[in-house]
Order: sequence, then structure tokens, then C-alpha cells
Amino acid sequence: MLELQHISYQTEDEKELLYDINLKIDDHFVVITGPNGSGKSTLAKIIAGILTPTGGKILLDGEDITGLNITERANKGVGYAFQQPVRFKGLTVKDLMSLAAGKEAKVSELCDVLSEVGLCAKEYINRDLDGSLSGGELKRIEIAMTLARGAKLSIFDEPEAGIDLWSFQKLIHVFEKMVQATDGNILIISHQERILDIADKIVYLKDGQVAMYDSREKILPNILKNTGGGSCQVLLDKGKEA
Amino acid sequence: MDAIQKNILKEVADLDALPVGAYNIRSNGATSARNTTANIDIVTKEDKPGIDIIIKPGTVHESVHIPVVVSQAGLKDMVYNDFYVGEGSDVVIVAGCGIHNCGDADSAHDGIHTFYVGKNAKLRYIEKHYGEGEEGTRGKRLMNPTTVVHLEEGAQMIMETSQIAGIDDTTRITTADLAAGAKLDIHESIMTTGEQNAVSNFTADLNGENCSCNIVSRAVARDKSRQHFTSRLNGNNVCSGHSECDSIMMDEAYVLATPELAASCTDASLIHEAAIGKIAGEQLMKLMTLGLTEQEAEEQIISGFLR
Repeated sequence: MLELQHISYQTEDEKELLYDINLKIDDHFVVITGPNGSGKSTLAKIIAGILTPTGGKILLDGEDITGLNITERANKGVGYAFQQPVRFKGLTVKDLMSLAAGKEAKVSELCDVLSEVGLCAKEYINRDLDGSLSGGELKRIEIAMTLARGAKLSIFDEPEAGIDLWSFQKLIHVFEKMVQATDGNILIISHQERILDIADKIVYLKDGQVAMYDSREKILPNILKNTGGGSCQVLLDKGKEA
Repeated sequence: MDAIQKNILKEVADLDALPVGAYNIRSNGATSARNTTANIDIVTKEDKPGIDIIIKPGTVHESVHIPVVVSQAGLKDMVYNDFYVGEGSDVVIVAGCGIHNCGDADSAHDGIHTFYVGKNAKLRYIEKHYGEGEEGTRGKRLMNPTTVVHLEEGAQMIMETSQIAGIDDTTRITTADLAAGAKLDIHESIMTTGEQNAVSNFTADLNGENCSCNIVSRAVARDKSRQHFTSRLNGNNVCSGHSECDSIMMDEAYVLATPELAASCTDASLIHEAAIGKIAGEQLMKLMTLGLTEQEAEEQIISGFLR
């Protein structure tokens, strides 16, 4: 279980991006949504240790992890899928998948994981994770890496962005499979209504604060009502596109 | 061979035992082992130090190993090796030089390798340079390889050259001329540390119609080391040339990349890419989210980059 107590974050130029965030994440699927600029990605980065909060505490299964760095948090069971996958010259898909799994991955294991994201291991394992792969391919491999890690808390920052022809249904299947394998928590940053649809609970962030946090059934109609009022056209538009 | 020499042989040629096929092992300035085959002859030069490697036309799936080991402190070894790769052959040549210097005098190996690659022949040439020594000794390890490549019509050569550790000072010169339809691919990996200095200089004359050349250099400069990479592609006919110099800078290192393109034919197509920068923070972060420490992440990124 992840618990955030009074988390705040201020940039160096004293811009307040998050203000007094209090959350207990103990359901399998929790989606953080909200308008652009509401602080969703900042919050995800704070949980993974990429950013350090200016105030508050982060507890993972009751242990205070606020002072731990990225590596230490990863080793405590925090997984993080980047919104923009990182490219590496010279490191192959197999190298990265092995690092994610914490051991030299066998071809059969890579085949299992990569097929979950719709990629054929044979075609990909020896390719460099660089500009020769499309944005969609990189995104799928990013998701596969997080799947291979099998962390107890996996954070996905906009996993649906750029997954090209691969269907949402398959992405959702990957999340379900992760929960089955780890009995852990998945925290997804998303605008996408179809991802909101699978959430056990939804956090609605607005202006760096938790505006709503409750079960999907209670939150979803409120979000749509809110955005219908014109405060978040982007969310509405994204819902229409899907 | 003693344990030090065997270790160097392992480092530069990945050899635990004598290789299969043709070989010539040069140790401290003299040949210590040689084998020839029905198709590959190795002949000692009479006018200067070095050997001629003569590969008969049509020789396929054979290899030649010519490692050099320098373990005597203060030795200055100079060698001229000429390779005649016969028409239509398809072979692999593995060269490499390792210096172990545990004395206070400088040890050096300067090799001049000249390749005559015949019509439609295919050659893969692998070259690795390595140095090691002992703490507290002052003798430098110096290596200055020169590679001269002549590719006849339709000849293809892949050259993989690396210098990852232990060479204090090096000037690496590679020149090539390409006839019609010839193809040259060069992949260089260099890492310098401490106060090492590396100069790498490539020149390719693209003379024949539809010939092509691709030079990729990946370099890592750490500590206070210095590197200077120059590549010049001369497009003298309908041809395509591409050179890429990609460097990772760390600490207080200095890297200079000098790309040069020259064309005397309107149908020459030449491209150069050069990039110098530190390891991207997001790369480190990504690997740290997989559980690696910052230092482990750095090593992974560098070893992949230089692979």
C-alpha cells in the first residue's frame, strides 16, 4: 500500500505544483486524472523518486521511503514506466528487458512478455533501443519492461500515448495480468476514458490538489460533469477521440 | 608463453589456445607461433619487420589471426603487415595488440597494415588494442596503428576497431580508396581515461562509380583524457559516404570532432553527423528505476555505447 501524507512540491522558481496531497492507494487499479498542468506527472515522479517533494511523507507498506533515491525505491518494489520512453545507443531490447527482470532473460521468457505487448521477440530482442524503433514500438517495450519487473507498485505515466495500432483492450489485459502476477497496485496517469473505466478508484487532481478521490462509480460522472462545464476541454476531446 | 602474455592474447584476440586456421603470433618483436593453410600463406618480410598474408582467390570461410603481444618494458616494436585478399574470397582477419608494461620505460607498438582486397572479395577485419601495467610504474603504453585499405571493384570490407583500455597515447590513421561498387564499413570504439590521449584520423577516397563508405565512431572520454577525431570523405564519383562521430564526455575530458566532406562530382552524396555530450540524465534515471545504482547505470550505458 502506498500512502502520501501532506505532499507538496515547489519548483526552484517557487512555483507551487503540488499542494498538501494526502492519498492512500491500496486498490489494484488507481487512475490519476485531471486537466493538463494539474500535477499528475509531477506526482508520479515524486513517488518514483525522480523528484523530491518539498514537504510531506511517502510510505510504502508503512515504511517511510521519502528519503530513498530512485534505485532504493526500485529495489523496494516501485516500478515506473516513462511517458516518453528513453532511447539507448548500443543497448538492445534484450539487455533492457534483462535489467528490468533482474536476471539474464531467456528468449522464451522474452517471448512471453513481449507478446503481451504485441511484439514478436524474434524480431526485436537484438535490436537497439534507439531511434530505429518507432515511438509506438518504444512505448510497448517500455510497458513490457515494467511488466517484466513485476513490482508491487507499478506506475504508468500516460501508457496509452502513442501505442499506435495496438488496442486498448490488450493494454488493459497487460494491467490485469500484472495484478494477477504480483497482487500489487497499479497507478496509472491517464486522460483516457477507457482507462478510467477499469479503475477501482480515481484520483482527480486539479491545480496541484486532490479535488476528488473515490470509487470509479462515484467519481466518473462528476469528472464528466466538471469537464462538461468547460474547465477541461482536453479531457472531453480525448474522450471523443477514443 | 607466460601467464601475462596468455592474458594479453585473451584480451586482444579472445584466444585461450592456438586458433583454428592460419595464424601468426608475434611476441616481443619476434614470431612465436605460425600456421598456414592450403589457401592462406604467411611469409616473413625480408626487407623490414613484418609479414605478408596471402589469401588465394576464392578462399571462403577461413580466418587469419595475427595478434601481437608486447610484455617487455621499454620495447619499441614496429611492424609492416601486408594482406593480399584474393578475388572472390570471403575471410575474417583478427588482429590485435596488447601491451603489458610494468617498467619505467615506454613500450610501443606501431603497426602499418595494408590491405589489398581483390575484386568482389569480402573481408571482415577485427582489430583490438589493449594495454595494462602495474600501479606505481611510469612506463607509458603507446600504440600507433596505421591501416591502409585498397578495395578493388565490388570488394567489401567491414572493419571493427576498438581501444577500450590502457593505451596512454595513440595516433590511429586509416586511409582507404574504393573502386567501382566497393563498400567499406568502419566501426570504431574508443575509451580514454586518466590523462590518455587519442587521435583518430580517417580518410576515404570514393573513386569508383557507386562505391560507398560508412564510418561510425563511438568514443567515451573520461577523467582528463583528450580525443581528436577527424574523418574526411572525398567523393570523386557517383558514390555515397556517411560518417558519424558520437562522443560521450565525462569529468574534465576534452573531445574535438572534425568532420570533413569534399566532393568533386555532383552525384556524390556525402553526410556527416557529429555529436558530443554527457550521458543523458534520463538514461541514468531509466536504469535506476530498474534498480541499478547511478554508477551501475553509467557502466551499462557506456559498455552498450562502445559495443
